[in-house]
Amino acid sequence: MDLAPVLDGFAVVLEPTNLLYCLIGVVVGMLVGVLPGLGPAATIAILLPITIGIEPVTAIIMLAGIFYGAQYGGTITSVLLKLPGEASSVVTVFDGYAMARQGRAGTALGIAAIGSFAGGTISIVALSFLAPLVASFALDFGPPEYTALALLGILLVATVSSGSRLKAVVAACVGLLLATVGRDGFTATERFTFGNLNLADGLDFVPIAMGLFGLGEILYNLEQRHNATQAPTKVANVWPSRQDLRQSSGAIGRGSVIGFFLGILPGGGATLSSLAAYAVEKRRSKTPERFGKGAVEGVAGPETANNAAATSSFIPLLTLGIPANATMAVIFGALLVVGVTPGPQLVTEEPELFWGVVNSMYIGNILLLIMSIPLVGLFVKILRVRPAILAPITVLITLIGVYTVNNSVFDIVLVIVFGVLGYLMKKAGFDPGPLLLAFVLGALLEDGLRRSLLIFDGDATGFFTRPISGTLLVVFLVVAVYPFVASLRSRRRQEPAQDTSDPNTKELV
Amino acid sequence: MTVLVGFVPTPEGEAAFAAGLAEARRRQEGLLVLNTPRGGAPVSADVAPPELVRSLTSRAEADGVALELRQTPHTGDLADELLRVAESVDASVIVIGLRRRSPVGKLLMGSSAQRILLDADRPVLAVKPHPTAG
Repeated sequence: MDLAPVLDGFAVVLEPTNLLYCLIGVVVGMLVGVLPGLGPAATIAILLPITIGIEPVTAIIMLAGIFYGAQYGGTITSVLLKLPGEASSVVTVFDGYAMARQGRAGTALGIAAIGSFAGGTISIVALSFLAPLVASFALDFGPPEYTALALLGILLVATVSSGSRLKAVVAACVGLLLATVGRDGFTATERFTFGNLNLADGLDFVPIAMGLFGLGEILYNLEQRHNATQAPTKVANVWPSRQDLRQSSGAIGRGSVIGFFLGILPGGGATLSSLAAYAVEKRRSKTPERFGKGAVEGVAGPETANNAAATSSFIPLLTLGIPANATMAVIFGALLVVGVTPGPQLVTEEPELFWGVVNSMYIGNILLLIMSIPLVGLFVKILRVRPAILAPITVLITLIGVYTVNNSVFDIVLVIVFGVLGYLMKKAGFDPGPLLLAFVLGALLEDGLRRSLLIFDGDATGFFTRPISGTLLVVFLVVAVYPFVASLRSRRRQEPAQDTSDPNTKELV
Repeated sequence: MTVLVGFVPTPEGEAAFAAGLAEARRRQEGLLVLNTPRGGAPVSADVAPPELVRSLTSRAEADGVALELRQTPHTGDLADELLRVAESVDASVIVIGLRRRSPVGKLLMGSSAQRILLDADRPVLAVKPHPTAG
């Protein structure tokens, strides 16, 4: 492996501007991690317009910092207040809050910070070695491979994501439909524009992301009432004892591995990996009854895993141009906004950007480790701000921000429309993530599909004649068909038991 | 009949609690401590932390006074909430702590204490913290 571009990447990160934006990114990230409701996807979406004026590397360094910084911040509220600031720190509540009740809040936060740092760093090292390999492999991909990959990505995100699978697929289909709005790329025919010139170039990514995630989440959060107001907790004794460290070292190691692999998986990401790490720790433990009552491993495992996953989910984005989860979809959009097309060419064509972003994560993790504990008091103070004050300010920033991108009032209308849509989706139990992801991948999918059909002379079976696209499509079919087969089999297994048991018990199973 | 104390974890609140406790003992009545934060935010500095609640309870116990502590958040104005509770439990006296506030600050922020003093339809005992208590 050629080390020169890696070292050049460090030179890029250590430029004062980039260091400053890295710092801004991780601080903002920790802040939104602390605030319940406002997630990294929403924050990055709201901050998209800021990235336009600055260098692409700098912008992405900042946005990446927000993403992994949020994983640190989410821990603080989980441990101190039993309020998970992020979905990925929900499991930290079980043992973290129990530890805080025993007066060991500092230890829990310290272990979480050390675990997060270890998980993040291990993941970055693996990313540095794996990403160029994947990218060089993906350089041979043609349109048929990208078609298959985009299809698989959309399907995996829809099926792996939390919540109802059917609803996720519906949301993804809406996203694909939205991607078709605008002038056809091959024949220049106008589609679904209703004669409106604003729609001729298609729907822009930025207003959709800002509406769905930014405005939608703010509206949804206004409904939530935090009735259990609590007193601020004091944190002391941050440094974990040697025994705590020994107890959690195994959990940190396993959490890194779980997080790294689940982070790469489309639809996986930080939330899923923290759940998985907690389950693994509980199963492996000789004393599972300690879990939920303040076990150090129950904090170390998930916190390590969610940071490792946050880092490794950059691999599919930076090497294949396929975002693995909703937050990555927003960063994908940010890359497009600053004029960079993520894909296998990125490593070779823009090594400064690629290695700059990757190496900034080392610096960012060190900054987070240094800052997270001393700033706990400040972050808890921020929680005293009522949503009634915070929400209008955020909405205003969002609307001004989207206007500055294109100086277009139409974009503001789009943000409001998609904000209402995002709010209604959340209320009805639809995850807006698959919609945005399908919208992003929809353009790639359509382009790839039409190109491949041109190559194959309109013969759709041509996809199966190429080894990589064929394999990917077989995987696609397996993933698509498996839930039906599984439910059929479980139904068949239940049938003989049905005669003897009460029919009502079926719902409980 | 009970003695109602408006409590916040500050020297003023501490003074109000001490005066309220003495008053409850003198009148041989129960003590209701109202420690209500403003609802909405997940964290509020106005809520008494668990350790403080424990120490207040043990002090009331030592003096043989029945203590009830309410920490449910309120919406709207604190003075209204206090007067509403006073009405509903038919408090014999309301005990509040006064803090120093400049005329400009009072003009801008208003004064809960002033509203309670003016609007209450029952005796109000207003106390100040000991000058050395911070």
